[in-house]
Amino acid sequence: MIRLEHVTKVYKTSTRPALDNVSVEMGKGEFVFLIGPSGSGKSTFLRLLLREEVPSKGRVYVSNFDVAKMARRRVPRLRQSIGCVFQDFRLLPTKTVAENVAFALEVIGKPRHTIQKVVPEVLQLVGLDGKADRMPTELSGGEQQRVAIARAFVNRPLVLIADEPTGNLDPDTSQDIMLLLERINRTGTTVLMATHDHSIVDSMRRRVVELDHGKVIRDDARGVYGVGR
Amino acid sequence: MRASFVFSEVITGLRRNITMTIAMILTTAISLGLLGGGLLIVRMIDKMQLIYSDKVQVMVSLTDDISANDKSCSSSICANLQRELQGSSNVETVTFQNRDQSFQRFQQLFQAEPELLRLTRPESLPATLQIKLTDPSRADVLVKAFAGKPGVKTVDDQGVFLQRFFGILDSIRYAVFVVALIQAAAAVLLISNTIQVSAFTRRVEVGIMRLVGATRWYTQLPFLIEAVVAGIIGSVLGIIGLAVLKEFFLDAALSGPIASGVLPRLDLLDVVAISPILVGVSAVISAITGYVTLRLYVRL
Repeated sequence: MIRLEHVTKVYKTSTRPALDNVSVEMGKGEFVFLIGPSGSGKSTFLRLLLREEVPSKGRVYVSNFDVAKMARRRVPRLRQSIGCVFQDFRLLPTKTVAENVAFALEVIGKPRHTIQKVVPEVLQLVGLDGKADRMPTELSGGEQQRVAIARAFVNRPLVLIADEPTGNLDPDTSQDIMLLLERINRTGTTVLMATHDHSIVDSMRRRVVELDHGKVIRDDARGVYGVGR
Repeated sequence: MRASFVFSEVITGLRRNITMTIAMILTTAISLGLLGGGLLIVRMIDKMQLIYSDKVQVMVSLTDDISANDKSCSSSICANLQRELQGSSNVETVTFQNRDQSFQRFQQLFQAEPELLRLTRPESLPATLQIKLTDPSRADVLVKAFAGKPGVKTVDDQGVFLQRFFGILDSIRYAVFVVALIQAAAAVLLISNTIQVSAFTRRVEVGIMRLVGATRWYTQLPFLIEAVVAGIIGSVLGIIGLAVLKEFFLDAALSGPIASGVLPRLDLLDVVAISPILVGVSAVISAITGYVTLRLYVRL
């Protein structure tokens, strides 16, 4: 589902590569934690998958997309098949909860009656039924992240990328969010989550890919955060 | 793509930068008003050419002695001249106009200038032979042939005078076009700047839209339409400005020459006739400016 082959990314402003000859593969339906200290290359890894960056060397595949090589006009198609969740939620502040979720469908031209049917379903899935007409600012952090997850998942993407989704949340709320991501993973969606949160990684016991200085230094099938330190 | 989405984005965008939007609209309006002014002068020249083309083209003024005594071109000198002119190859018609008729015509032409009328006596105007040519551009041959003949005081090619007059109008038109062009450059820069500011204030939203897979068109179309809408509003204001200027200023200022038939009257219809051009030019230029700005300067 996700495959990086000998990927190196050097930013113009830096001499040290952000990613250094990284090769890794993630299969359909996997749940993978991407861990490592700040500056280890996690964000670059995710940005390459979304084609927010192109690799200096190597190839990147997501589903059937040859991400590094594809034409720019096809990038929207790639992004429509990837759901994204961020630490800072990234909701449209001028739109209601339902409109935020509906937006991901409008963008890809789904007809109105489909949107009207699907949005309440997915809001119920993330536990936000009854809050459809609230504005994002009226919600708690955990609820906002649920909206973001609902938006990321409403297209039934093949891959869900989460960049520190619990970074701004308290432990209990984080746990709820993780349960939600697990549920989504069980529907067959590949989930790739970059995180610093030890307790979450340790309690989930999923595959762990650890980056340090742009290199993959560990890839455990059922890993914990702190092994080898 | 939903029209309602694009529409609401356009409204939000225009309202968010209201001062820039107003500046952009006003600059566009002035620029197009000037362009329209230039186009109106062109129409005026066209109308004048129409008016003057079937009037006299060469005028032979007769000497004082004939002017004073010959009321019907019956003297041998005048009759000879008239016959000779009639026989020339390029001449279509020759009409005699005696001193009294010249004076009447003068009174009619300058009815808006009572001072001038009061000071002018019939004796200061000559009797004339008014000649219409088949080919006005070859008037100089006739002028040369008849200048200095007995009974002839002067021979005037009115085409030369008209050309000089049209020349002045042409220079005014060029000056107006140049100012319009400078103003248009300012308008283009303002449009470009407004779009950049607009895009910058909405960069977070647009970033999110791009992230969920919105195409460039989807995110950029609202900016483009914003520019075109502002351009069209500007051109409409410019047209209204032109109409007001014509109705309340130009008509009053030129009432004399218009009444006497020297200058053609500009109608509101003339303003209406050029307005599609102005709206079109404005829409096309703002669309192109918007497109180029989005392509070159906005990374969204």
